[in-house]
Amino acid sequence: MDVLTEDWQNGGFGLYLHWPFCQSKCPYCDFNSHVSSSVDQARWQHAFLSEIERVGEETGGRVLNTVFFGGGTPSLMDPALVSAIIEKISDTWTLANDVEISLEANPTSIEARRFRGYRDAGVNRVSMGAQALNDEDLKRLGRLHSAAEAMEALDIARKTFDRVSFDLIYARQHQALDDWRAELDTALSLSLDHLSLYQLTIEQGTAFGDRFNRGRLGGLPDDNASADMYLATQEICDTAGLSAYEVSNHAKNGFESRHNLIYWRYGDYAGIGPGAHGRLTLLGEKTAIETHSYPQKWLEAVEGTGTGEMYRELVKKEDQALEYLMMSLRLAEGMDLDRFHALAGHRINPLNINRLADLGMVFKTRDRLVATPNGRVLLNSVLSELLAE
Amino acid sequence: MTDLSKIRNFSIVAHIDHGKSTLADRLIQETGTVKDRDMKAQLLDAMDIERERGITIKANTVRIDYKADDGQDYVLNLIDTPGHVDFAYEVSRSMRAVEGSLLVVDSTQGVEAQTLANVYQAIDADHEIVPVLNKIDLPASDCDRVAEQIEDVIGIDATGALQVSAKTGQGIRETLEAIVTQLPPPKGERDAPLKAMLVDSWYDSYLGVIVLVRIIDGVLKKGDRIRMMSNNSVHPVERIGVFRPQMEMIDELGPGEIGFLTASIKQVRDTRVGDTITTEKKGCEAALPGFKPSQPVVFCGLFPVDNAEFEDLRDAISKLSLNDASFSSEMETSAALGFGFRCGFLGLLHLEVIRDRLEREYDIDLITTAPSVIYQIYMRDGTVQELHNPADMPDLTFVDHIEEPRIKATILVPDEYLGDVLKLCQDRRGMQIDLTYAGSRAMVVYDLPLNEVVFDFYDRLKSVTKGYASFDYQMIGYREDHLVKMQVLVNDEPVDALSTMVHRDRAETRGRAMVEKLKDLIPRHMFKIPIQAAIGGKVIARETLSAMRKDVTAKCYGGDVSRKKKLLDKQKAGKKKMRQFGKVDIPQEAFISALKMDG
Ligand SMILES: Nc1nc2c(ncn2[C@@H]2O[C@H](COP(=O)(O)OP(=O)(O)O)[C@@H](O)[C@H]2O)c(=O)[nH]1
Ligand SMILES: C[S@@+](CC[C@H](N)C(=O)[O-])C[C@H]1O[C@@H](n2cnc3c(N)ncnc32)[C@H](O)[C@@H]1O
Ligand code: SF4
Ligand SMILES: [Mg+2]
Repeated sequence: MDVLTEDWQNGGFGLYLHWPFCQSKCPYCDFNSHVSSSVDQARWQHAFLSEIERVGEETGGRVLNTVFFGGGTPSLMDPALVSAIIEKISDTWTLANDVEISLEANPTSIEARRFRGYRDAGVNRVSMGAQALNDEDLKRLGRLHSAAEAMEALDIARKTFDRVSFDLIYARQHQALDDWRAELDTALSLSLDHLSLYQLTIEQGTAFGDRFNRGRLGGLPDDNASADMYLATQEICDTAGLSAYEVSNHAKNGFESRHNLIYWRYGDYAGIGPGAHGRLTLLGEKTAIETHSYPQKWLEAVEGTGTGEMYRELVKKEDQALEYLMMSLRLAEGMDLDRFHALAGHRINPLNINRLADLGMVFKTRDRLVATPNGRVLLNSVLSELLAE
Repeated sequence: MTDLSKIRNFSIVAHIDHGKSTLADRLIQETGTVKDRDMKAQLLDAMDIERERGITIKANTVRIDYKADDGQDYVLNLIDTPGHVDFAYEVSRSMRAVEGSLLVVDSTQGVEAQTLANVYQAIDADHEIVPVLNKIDLPASDCDRVAEQIEDVIGIDATGALQVSAKTGQGIRETLEAIVTQLPPPKGERDAPLKAMLVDSWYDSYLGVIVLVRIIDGVLKKGDRIRMMSNNSVHPVERIGVFRPQMEMIDELGPGEIGFLTASIKQVRDTRVGDTITTEKKGCEAALPGFKPSQPVVFCGLFPVDNAEFEDLRDAISKLSLNDASFSSEMETSAALGFGFRCGFLGLLHLEVIRDRLEREYDIDLITTAPSVIYQIYMRDGTVQELHNPADMPDLTFVDHIEEPRIKATILVPDEYLGDVLKLCQDRRGMQIDLTYAGSRAMVVYDLPLNEVVFDFYDRLKSVTKGYASFDYQMIGYREDHLVKMQVLVNDEPVDALSTMVHRDRAETRGRAMVEKLKDLIPRHMFKIPIQAAIGGKVIARETLSAMRKDVTAKCYGGDVSRKKKLLDKQKAGKKKMRQFGKVDIPQEAFISALKMDG
């Protein structure tokens, strides 16, 4: 196959790095994050560099569009470590001229002190986990920072980086629609160019999940209320010029997270670090790759066997089509029907599309299918309807 | 062959959970019939479902060798019978094959409805009856009170009642002695022509049809050519054996003995329970009185959730009916459900057992439609139609009147719950026939429509009496009533699998209960769904299931696509358990659950 026409190139090529440590574990969080009293950053540096080299051997010669330091809390990494990693990355791949290098940061003063170091290392975008803008709710979410501290950290971030984004969690306990409108207005008044607005999800295996199961997590909005909040959010952000480009992500034109777009456009990405997932087209075959998720296990695997990989499997064409559909319908730009056809070997049943269009869940342009805001808040059902026989 | 005087044939009658199976286990164990290390609880309840639910469905037998205190060796044949009302008829047949019964009563509980029903059958069969008071190891045991109750309510002498703990083994030896000394030996002529009673038959995947027989006269030998007197079919006997309780082959069975034969009979349907078996040549003159075959009384449709599994269902049903002549089936098509079967059962438990087996042993997901009884539809033109399926209800303009089957229900209940029981029976259109007291327990007899009982009457009875009531019934005939067909419309389309016959005066209450239930049972869709109950064209109850509002994964886990895919797979698997009616997916369990009434 001509390399230039491989499917992944519709999405680009990015690198995800996972830093699995946090200062404390938030009660709602089911990410691969752990609290550890001491982390031997030199040892981790060694392992990261060795993994970058290994992955580089398989993907050499590519142009790298994005790098993303995610977590956990990557803003706990030594700037020197970040710097060494970025240096290794630029030795391994050709960086795109407009390469985006993002880092997730928790908005405490301690972390803000490291921002300059990150910038000097090459980071050009930060995504800050503000989560809420009042102290009572922050406490309920188990966060270590105050709202004021988050604002200070934001100030420093904006002085340091070209691009800064804010994460907020809404549809929280005891949050009414009007509370959220007010909070969102405050967030928008900061004139950021990117906002991630996630509705609180109660995940099994978290402290909130346990409390929820015992009936001890009161004040959560029901599905009706959270759907109303979602739709209100879309409206408010549209008016403010920060339309959703994805289910939970809003940006001014041109300020989208290019790294996340690679996932949603079903490009290629390598995952490095504990529990990182990758999708890489290797010798023409889309391959799913997963590393050991437990930090110590990953570290030992990298040191002992020379690879942190735990799992590797070819993704069948029809599964690629499915993955593409699931990811791309999250986007306001929707999906390319011909691309789906090329992957799946068949088209989406037009009857299913028509039925969903009649219900106002999707619309079709000449060659694309797009979920409406109403359809996006029901996306899982929309997907299963689209795929129904 | 055993000398007649050394044979004792008996059954055990008991209300459910009073300890019949446990007692049987102890008798088997005490006599060394089964080695201790092979002993597992409830030996005679062979099928998984039986073991799980603690019920016996088919009759089982075991032959026990016992050296009595008189120094003589005896052969004891125990026939274990089903305890549940659905199988009352099988009990009565088995009783004809033995001369005596142990009447087991839980000494902490006392006489219950099934104790009565079963003991009357034993009395009908002229049995000698030995009362056994079980569970005397429990502190709540009260043998005097229960013995008195047996005398009062049943009217048999209980002064010498055995006091037993089937759990600890206390009194087991005495029970064995009582069997030998108090029960009569069978009668029979060894030199007469062969006359044997066909007690039961079932299908075994290795041996084919197995026929359980009781020899009345003569001797049954391997190689004999036997004749079924009902249809004169002739079969060469291949194997003869007894159960210990596993099969043990022997060469012949003499008068008074109980055992089995195989004779390359292909289907259980080729054997008739109650038939008389004799030899092809020089057979006996007169046949035994015979039994009437059991008739299905409850019908429902069974449809595969996945249409593609229809052939598998057909196979499974034909295999199951090989073994169960009381279960009937015929093909049925439904506009909404596609191809399936309309099946007849002895009762609701029988229905559940068969459905469970189809789902479990044959791995087929099923939709069970509303159970229905058989209605007699008297047409204007003077003809009468049997209605097994409400969906087939003829146009009312041609119908003169409808008759429905009624039962006589006997319920025993502690005083304090009597009010609730009377209310339940009244709510179910019952007519009181009798109300008497035995100690602190009331015995209520009601005339009830079977269609009010088949469904969830027993569950309701248990719940309003906290499990303290017992229940038994028998069919008493047909009676006219004002019955109508109630349809359910989901998203404006009639769902024939949810059609039921109801009494006109109760239609609105039932209709409302059903649409409310369905509203909870059907998952929300992307659009709102009206759910209505209607009689003729008239809507009598209506609910609206509002549209789903939110179903999305809010946040992004890096590139972990597989997590999202799992979610989609889960959703897909969930959909598989549902059936589409128009644009609406209805879960498989909704068809039955919608009918259950809470009040
Ligand atoms: N304590 C005690 N429990 C018993 C005795 N006999 C039976 N059981 C228990 O009563 C329950 C019902 O017994 P089972 O033999 O299955 O009753 P069946 O329904 O009449 O066959 C089981 O849990 C037995 O273990 C007994 O003598 N003493
Ligand atoms: C990898 S996480 C955490 C990044 C960083 N450690 C922090 O806490 O700010 C990325 C984002 O996911 C969101 N998030 C995590 N758990 C969530 C949940 N249960 N429901 C909704 N959003 C959640 C939070 O907004 C969080 O900022
Ligand atoms: S939300 Fe962020 S800080 Fe909190 S535990 Fe999760 S990854 Fe760590
Ligand atoms: Mg039992």
